Amino acid sequence: MPGKLKAKIVAGRHLPVMDRASDLTDAFVEVKFGNTTFKTDVFPKSLNPQWNSEWFKFEVDDEDLQDEPLQITVLDHDTYSANDAIGKVYIDIDPLLCTEAASVISGWFPIYDTIHGIRGEINVLVKVELFNDLNRFRQSSCGVKFFCTTSIPRGYRAAMVHGFLEELVVNEDPEYQWIDRIRTPRASNEARQRLISLMSGELQRKIGLKVLEMGGNAVVGYLQCFDLEGESGLVVRAIGTACTLEKLTSGSLASAHTHPNTAPASNACNSPSKDGKEPVFGEDLPSSSGPPTPFRALPTSSSSPPPFSPCKPCSRQSSSSDTDLSLTPKTGMGSGGSAGKEAGPLKTLLRQQTQTALEQREFPFFTLTSFPPGFLVHVGGVVSARSVKLLDRIHNPDEPETRDAWWEEIRQEIKSHAKALGCHAVVGYSENTSICEEVCILSASGTAAILNHRYMREGCLDIGSTDQRFEDPSPPSCGFCHIPYDELNMPFPAQLTYCYNCRRQKVPDVLFTTIDLPAEAAVTGKGCLIQARLCRLKKKAQGEVNATVISNLLPFMEYELHTQLMNKLKLRSMNALFGLHIQISVGENMLLGLASATGVYLTALPAPGGIQIAGKTTGDMSNEQHILTIQKRINDTIARNKELYQINPPELTEEGVGSPIPEPRHRSRLFRSHSESSDEVSELDLSHGKKDAFVLEIDDTDAVEDIHSLLTDASPPAGFHSCNTETMPGIYNWTTAVQMFTSVRVLRLSNANLSNQSLNKIFTDLCENLLKSFYFKLRSMVPCCLCHLNFNVAVPEEELIQVSVTAVAMTFDKDQTQERPAERFITKGGSETDEQLQFSLELCADSSSTNSQPSSRISGTVSLFTPAAKLCQSQLVVVHSTGVPENTIVSSRAASVDYGSFADRCSTWLELLRLKAHTIRRGSVKTSRRTQSLAHSVSSLEHCSPLTEGRSRSVRSSRSFGGSPVTMVKMTPLSFLPGTRNIKYLGIINMFFIRETTSLREEGGVSGFLHSFIAEVFAMVRAHVAALGGNAVVSYSMKDCVLMENPNKNQAQCLINVSGDAVIYVRETDQEPTASMTNMGQSLCAADGAT
Amino acid sequence: MAVELDVFVGNTTIMDEEVYQLWLDGYTVNDAVKARMDAGVLEECEADADVLLSDTMDQYRTFQMCERLLQSPAKLANQLLFQITPHRQVMLIERYYAFDDTFVREVLGKKLSKGTKKDLDDISAKTGVTLKSCRRQFDNFKRVFKVVEELKGPLVENIRQHFLLSDKLARDYAAIVFFANNRFETGKKKLQYLTFQDFALCAGQLINNWTVGAVDNMVEDMDVDLDKEFLQELKELKILIADKDLLDQHKSLVCTALRGKTKAFAEMEANFKNLSRGLVNIATKLTNTKDVRDFFIDLVEKFIEPCRSDRWTAADIKLYLTHYTNSAHILDPFKHQAVWDRYMGVIKSCIFIMYHD
Repeated sequence: MPGKLKAKIVAGRHLPVMDRASDLTDAFVEVKFGNTTFKTDVFPKSLNPQWNSEWFKFEVDDEDLQDEPLQITVLDHDTYSANDAIGKVYIDIDPLLCTEAASVISGWFPIYDTIHGIRGEINVLVKVELFNDLNRFRQSSCGVKFFCTTSIPRGYRAAMVHGFLEELVVNEDPEYQWIDRIRTPRASNEARQRLISLMSGELQRKIGLKVLEMGGNAVVGYLQCFDLEGESGLVVRAIGTACTLEKLTSGSLASAHTHPNTAPASNACNSPSKDGKEPVFGEDLPSSSGPPTPFRALPTSSSSPPPFSPCKPCSRQSSSSDTDLSLTPKTGMGSGGSAGKEAGPLKTLLRQQTQTALEQREFPFFTLTSFPPGFLVHVGGVVSARSVKLLDRIHNPDEPETRDAWWEEIRQEIKSHAKALGCHAVVGYSENTSICEEVCILSASGTAAILNHRYMREGCLDIGSTDQRFEDPSPPSCGFCHIPYDELNMPFPAQLTYCYNCRRQKVPDVLFTTIDLPAEAAVTGKGCLIQARLCRLKKKAQGEVNATVISNLLPFMEYELHTQLMNKLKLRSMNALFGLHIQISVGENMLLGLASATGVYLTALPAPGGIQIAGKTTGDMSNEQHILTIQKRINDTIARNKELYQINPPELTEEGVGSPIPEPRHRSRLFRSHSESSDEVSELDLSHGKKDAFVLEIDDTDAVEDIHSLLTDASPPAGFHSCNTETMPGIYNWTTAVQMFTSVRVLRLSNANLSNQSLNKIFTDLCENLLKSFYFKLRSMVPCCLCHLNFNVAVPEEELIQVSVTAVAMTFDKDQTQERPAERFITKGGSETDEQLQFSLELCADSSSTNSQPSSRISGTVSLFTPAAKLCQSQLVVVHSTGVPENTIVSSRAASVDYGSFADRCSTWLELLRLKAHTIRRGSVKTSRRTQSLAHSVSSLEHCSPLTEGRSRSVRSSRSFGGSPVTMVKMTPLSFLPGTRNIKYLGIINMFFIRETTSLREEGGVSGFLHSFIAEVFAMVRAHVAALGGNAVVSYSMKDCVLMENPNKNQAQCLINVSGDAVIYVRETDQEPTASMTNMGQSLCAADGAT
Repeated sequence: MAVELDVFVGNTTIMDEEVYQLWLDGYTVNDAVKARMDAGVLEECEADADVLLSDTMDQYRTFQMCERLLQSPAKLANQLLFQITPHRQVMLIERYYAFDDTFVREVLGKKLSKGTKKDLDDISAKTGVTLKSCRRQFDNFKRVFKVVEELKGPLVENIRQHFLLSDKLARDYAAIVFFANNRFETGKKKLQYLTFQDFALCAGQLINNWTVGAVDNMVEDMDVDLDKEFLQELKELKILIADKDLLDQHKSLVCTALRGKTKAFAEMEANFKNLSRGLVNIATKLTNTKDVRDFFIDLVEKFIEPCRSDRWTAADIKLYLTHYTNSAHILDPFKHQAVWDRYMGVIKSCIFIMYHD
């Protein structure tokens, strides 16, 4: 399905002087897409040329539209010698291919040269016309929306979450091709930039195809990475979560916030017993002493009752014409009218269905880190897997099977770990690599979890409100903490207690996760960033030997990191970690491990005990004294931290709670294993056997050092908080000031003979000093919180340690912090009930005109209810809607009929696409050649697009002219900007830049070089966002920052890869006229934004 | 253990005004760190010297990268590299173009050439302004001079628009440009007591009344060069001292008006002829570039010094000059009233400014 790409070069400004004689430049522009190139006229003797060119038109296949960037080169005309390049602009036109995103790209772009950096700016206009009607268009892979955001993007609702997506493409790295010896560094860098741009375009297109195959329309939590494998090639890989997203309109907005588990009142009265027995159905299931084990994949769990209620009639699937990958069971279910009677058998059936639904997928993984309320049922713990591989040259880029197989292996492992934890899914899933020469560590981690099945099936969500009473009865504030595994058959030794919140189900003593803290979770006090840092020296080695050495070291590193995390958590008197990210980086002579997470005190979990120091030798008085002082310091620290983080759990009368004497407990929420190339899988139990986890034994100097390092972590100065999750638990009243920053520090270890201990100290100091630096620099923002602190460590070469950090500082209103939390829960609860009520009512009213009169009457008066009255009212309505299931069926059926026809068309189209995909083969970049023939065949369609005129008229070319101040573009690694609403997602930003210099000293050394490069990258990201019409980038991340330097040769090179979502935001106070009718939805958005 | 690389880049460029001032003042990184420590920045937040050093380095780098833009301030507003809020931009520019009065006093009226630049280390040593800061200030003068040299229209307005400066600063720069262009002598010992602001005010008077721009506002260099025609016409004033009758008549008119109104009457009467000769001679000689340069020194020698030795008060000066100017109108044979007013208006203002009690 072809399209016409049109580009217009308007003007340039601030161009560099290219002609020394006249101090001016004779600039012209080449516009290239695929193999077609156009040129503008030369604009003589000006540093601010006005080309005002015609529209350059490229007739291209949409496949190329997705893969290729528009390449704009600014040159200086030279009559006698070759024209000199000033610089380039690559424009990713993907956002134009999606109807909901941007319609035009127009603005000033920095002209970038890999050797000189930014050299002036150019004003460009780009549009795309697609020759097809809207429906046909939507079926192409171009219609799929991509989001870096790892939650359901604001303004959308997830009609369905389909599942895990992965793809990778490989190619030879141009830097390592023979031709690189004869071409200039500039040509080589540009070849590389272009190749990576092509590869990521191709990757995105392929992922898009997979999404369509699954029946989705969007990718959320899209994470793309580059592996620079050196000689062996270049791998671009991506993972993501396929979803069917629906844009919230004023009508659907209310329903989007209706979530099943937010009706505590109805929960409480309907299910006093645990395990989701529904008295409503009058079922007589035997009660079980064990905790619920929903979707338990382990056979041992079969004895416990299925906690999931049948989803009633709605589970009927009419979209049988869906593609083969559909996860929906195709069995027709009994009609809703008989739901009550058939409940028992239905339940079993349904459970099997949903179970198989998840098991059908190869990997039930989700890259999301925060979820719509009710999605996450239970959380098991962190699962991770690592594998050490030896890189070999990718002989045939079209067949990247080895890389695929490697990841497949790791994912299988993750899956089996999750199973062992009694979980059927993995959330907050991520993958990364660390490469040093020919050795590569592949890592994957996530959080084992049990998810609500409703999101896995189509249609169900729309009538989900009737569902909610039969769901897991746990209150949302603690439900996710309840163990998913069988108490009698625990996968690892753990200390279980009854939930301190609901008192009904068992919870572990500590909980580690890779996800964000669920918004509805009950938290005591505030959280803080907790890091474990570790260095391990290793001997230099080659090949297999090296790989073996590394894989032997890995388990010890994981163990120590885990121990550090656990101790630091106790020291802060907290009991759970969120956003846990463990990175292990490999260098020639050392391994670096950095684990970051946000510690919190979950109200549902037991209070952590203290830490007790024990000496090995008794009787030695001085030693005893020493131990006592350390013990005192530790106790003091704990007490101080409790105060600092305002951890004052409600006093419980039960014995053992908050007891200073540690009880024997075991720690292990972390399941890991690693495998070597030899496929040998070893599992490591981190539970420290039967040893008491709280007692730290001082038996040698190392242990003393360890304890000291434990105590050296400085807490943030007054007015500062820090976390690596989206927001800080305990802070709700954000103001609008944000400051995103990137900081990089590289340390050279001058001393060759360092011990592990001193190395650890150096590394710890490096991280601590970085944090101190941030606090100092941002001191004017106090009170503020550093959110989403993302640390990245690397060993770029021997004796160098590189740490790069990206984070955002957000200010908040201090005065209110103290009072808000409690109040917030009330108001939030209130508004949610409100929402629900609204939805239920709408449902009743919508479902059928024959609906009972009362419901419509209620809907008329709803706005008059006081909050107190709302609670009971909602119950009432819920009963109503269950009472009239037929109506809901009608509506769902109507919707699915529509979908069916869509799916029909979809599947035929998909076949076509798949065919194409096969002919292209992954990794091939030769696809552009085929473009021509296709483009020709459709040129006849040209006339039939009346759309063009209308579209072009909307382009305000006036705004492109200079003089106007630059739009301020905010950037944040979070999915939102506080105090604002994202009103439109404009598309994904995914950019890759290379910068090189041969005059390092002149540019201010490596620091000067990198400083200006990072500033340039920010500038280019902002320019692209502004050109799309946006004013912010959310979910921004810098995935790679690879720096190579050679000060002796006065050279340096750096590669940076950044990504994010371009959005338009408005301040919450500026109400949009169109959305003003949905006040309730907005207020909830506001509440979301504040959490 | 050496920090090989250390950078911090904010999406909105972080700039500390304090550090910016230290940078502008030409402090080295180490001196700046010391100055910040002395200022007590460490006490207000828990940090150590390393943190301060790292922060100072970062900021210095940022300023260095910004400097290119600050040199053509219009670019700062529409460049893309640094995201700086508009009010921050104003602050950066204003401070970058700010100068030390002691420094500018040294170069005022000098040719803004390489020769002068070579003397900057002497000036630096003399004034205590760091050489780096001297260079920045000197280059600013030179840059502004070069840009406005080729522009039509009012000088102050041109400076304000091209360099986005405040009105006050634009006026100061206009004075500097004006002095540099006409090479007024300001360095003589006798002029040392005058501050830059004194000269700047005088320059304002000269620009507003004696330049081409005072009559025609669309000429090149209109505010920089003195009105040649006017200078020629000034020769006609010679009659006031050359014609003995006229001089006597003038004196009696002035004395009649002054009698009884000041304690310094006797000195005024005694000195009238001398003073009048002095002022008129200055006027008639202004066609010579050399004498233009000596304009201020002449004013001091021929008028201010005699008055001062007779202990005139500022009020005396004012009284005397007012009557001196006005009486000339009553002189019958004197036909050059317009030129006289244009001349004396400026002379009067300049003397008021330059006469320090």
